[in-house]
Amino acid sequence: MTWLETFRTGLRAVRAHALRSTLTVLGILIGIAAVILTVGLGLGSQQLVGERIASLGSNLLIVSPGSSTSTGGVRGGFGSSSTLTVADAIALASRTNAPDIGGVAPEKSSSQSLVSGSTNWTAGVVGTTPSWLSVRSRTLSAGTFITDADQNSMATTIVLGSAVATQLFGTGDAVGQSVTINSIPFTVAGVLTSAGSNTTSNLDDTAIVPLSTAANKLIGGNDRNSVSTIYLQAASADQLSAAYQEAQSLLLNLHNIKTETAADFTVSSQESLLSTATSVSQTLTVLLTGIAALSLLVGGIGVMNIMLVSVTERTREIGLRKALGAPPAAIRRQFLVEATVLGFSGGLMGAVLGIVGAKVLPSLLSTTIVVSPTAVVGSVVIAVAIGVIFGVYPASRAARLAPIDALRSE
Amino acid sequence: MAHLPVAAASDSPGAAEMTATIWTEPEGPEAATEFTDPTAGSPVIELADVRKMYRSGAVEFEALRGVSLRIEQGEYVAIMGPSGSGKSTLMHILGCLDVSTDGSYALGGDDVRELDEVELADVRNRQIGFVFQQFNLLPSLSAWRNVELPMTYGRVPREQRKRRALAALERVGLTDKVNNKPGELSGGQQQRVAVARALVTEPAMILADEPTGNLDSTATEDVLGLFTELHRQGRTIVLITHEIDVAEKAHRIVRIRDGVIVSDTVTERARRHEAGPTVIA
Repeated sequence: MTWLETFRTGLRAVRAHALRSTLTVLGILIGIAAVILTVGLGLGSQQLVGERIASLGSNLLIVSPGSSTSTGGVRGGFGSSSTLTVADAIALASRTNAPDIGGVAPEKSSSQSLVSGSTNWTAGVVGTTPSWLSVRSRTLSAGTFITDADQNSMATTIVLGSAVATQLFGTGDAVGQSVTINSIPFTVAGVLTSAGSNTTSNLDDTAIVPLSTAANKLIGGNDRNSVSTIYLQAASADQLSAAYQEAQSLLLNLHNIKTETAADFTVSSQESLLSTATSVSQTLTVLLTGIAALSLLVGGIGVMNIMLVSVTERTREIGLRKALGAPPAAIRRQFLVEATVLGFSGGLMGAVLGIVGAKVLPSLLSTTIVVSPTAVVGSVVIAVAIGVIFGVYPASRAARLAPIDALRSE
Repeated sequence: MAHLPVAAASDSPGAAEMTATIWTEPEGPEAATEFTDPTAGSPVIELADVRKMYRSGAVEFEALRGVSLRIEQGEYVAIMGPSGSGKSTLMHILGCLDVSTDGSYALGGDDVRELDEVELADVRNRQIGFVFQQFNLLPSLSAWRNVELPMTYGRVPREQRKRRALAALERVGLTDKVNNKPGELSGGQQQRVAVARALVTEPAMILADEPTGNLDSTATEDVLGLFTELHRQGRTIVLITHEIDVAEKAHRIVRIRDGVIVSDTVTERARRHEAGPTVIA
């Protein structure tokens, strides 16, 4: 009997018990679809995080208060009094001290209520310097950005993110209009271009004021010179690691700290942010995939169960085939092929269901699911392997049956 | 010609007819070899002092206690005995479905006791055509697919199988039922399909185990008539039964009781058939 004939026989046997086969295949199908979806969900969230981090700007280093631990996490600092100051930002901006740093944008931010007429909108107000625009790779859709003059004079000039402008002024021209924050009237100098539909909206749900204005008039606090984050832009992609070293040593020097482990700040690159974010989503993906794999295992046990039932039920058939001259290998192959057909069809249908789910679910759950071809091919291969692995025992049991015992059975 | 010894050995009026039907078929060389293999005078079956011991737990039971039997090419032998006499055990051993505990068994000149499982499967495939009481057709397959089954395990080329299956079904008179499934056939017709399946590999012997046990009297006549016809064409037929009416259709009756052969006689029918001399061992 050739492989093709064995395959046909297997297919016929699977079809002969359509309901039973369908239920068995369902176990595999669900497992495979779950694996494809969870892997896709993991990849999707990684891609989303990657896009968000990339949207911060290019060749970016982020200096944040608080020290980093050896495991890559960040300890303390956030929300408590900031260890970063305007002086740090000025020092980092020095061409002689840090030749590889192309741009510096300190940020001091807080959530504020913006009022225009009867319209009220809460957004993140960021006090920063004019270099922010280039460091964060943003552009203006209308008007001008804050200037050095604004900075020096603590001018009440404000640049709105596109979402804020829409909320406060609708589709009308926002430039030249007045916005009140904390009873202080600000004049809108410009509007930022939307950071893109792919990224999160909070990049557009922001308002920029001069750092000096924010420090002295809006946010204040105990230390008016403190900033919450300093964004650094390396002069070029090649200079990123040099810029990192310069920022690290310069700040250690300024803060009078001898060793890096004692640093009260953290310099992180987009890559390090990415890897931290990825490791979180990876842990989640591994967990979910583990659960999906478990369901595959259960599906595999289902295949084995049904194959054992099939062997018992078809003992007479096995006996007859043996009497007619089927060697044990042919019987083993027949049942193995049957189990493989179950696994394969479950895998194939599961892959289809997974791909369809990946197309349909994102619109329902507002998540991103990336169908990875590797996951699809891999899980179909796994489904076939499950058929083979869980078919081996029933098949060899069938092959071992003595022909007379098999023929005698009722 | 290779077939001449066969015709001589069978020594029946149908021999010439058989040669015609069988040898004009353009069949594979292995099919031809199977039938010509048993040379003149050498028996199809030779059992010498065969014993079979069954053991279940501490209890030992000797189902066969020294059976010696010789069946020549072209014989029509009925093995008779009441239930528990050991005739089923004998049938299993003759059919290479089981191996004896002691003694020797040569089938077509080969010592079967020395064969392993795979070789036994091959012997069953090529040398023996089984007909069972329960028909044992696969319900999901059409008649011709059922007949094709033993050929799928033999080395019969694919393109020959359907033609040979249809030819075998024609020989049992079921040309119009080739595409029917067993469930759509009467008991007699199902057994005819089973006979066609037994014939299709051109085996050295057809081994029928109570072939009429599940049939009514008309179908019984029908199937036994088919055996008579096949015998006339030179087939070696071994029929296991407990019914004397059935056994009397054969040319030789071997009676078995308590695991030993108690009598071995030529039937009235055989004498009338004037084919006597070569039939008796």
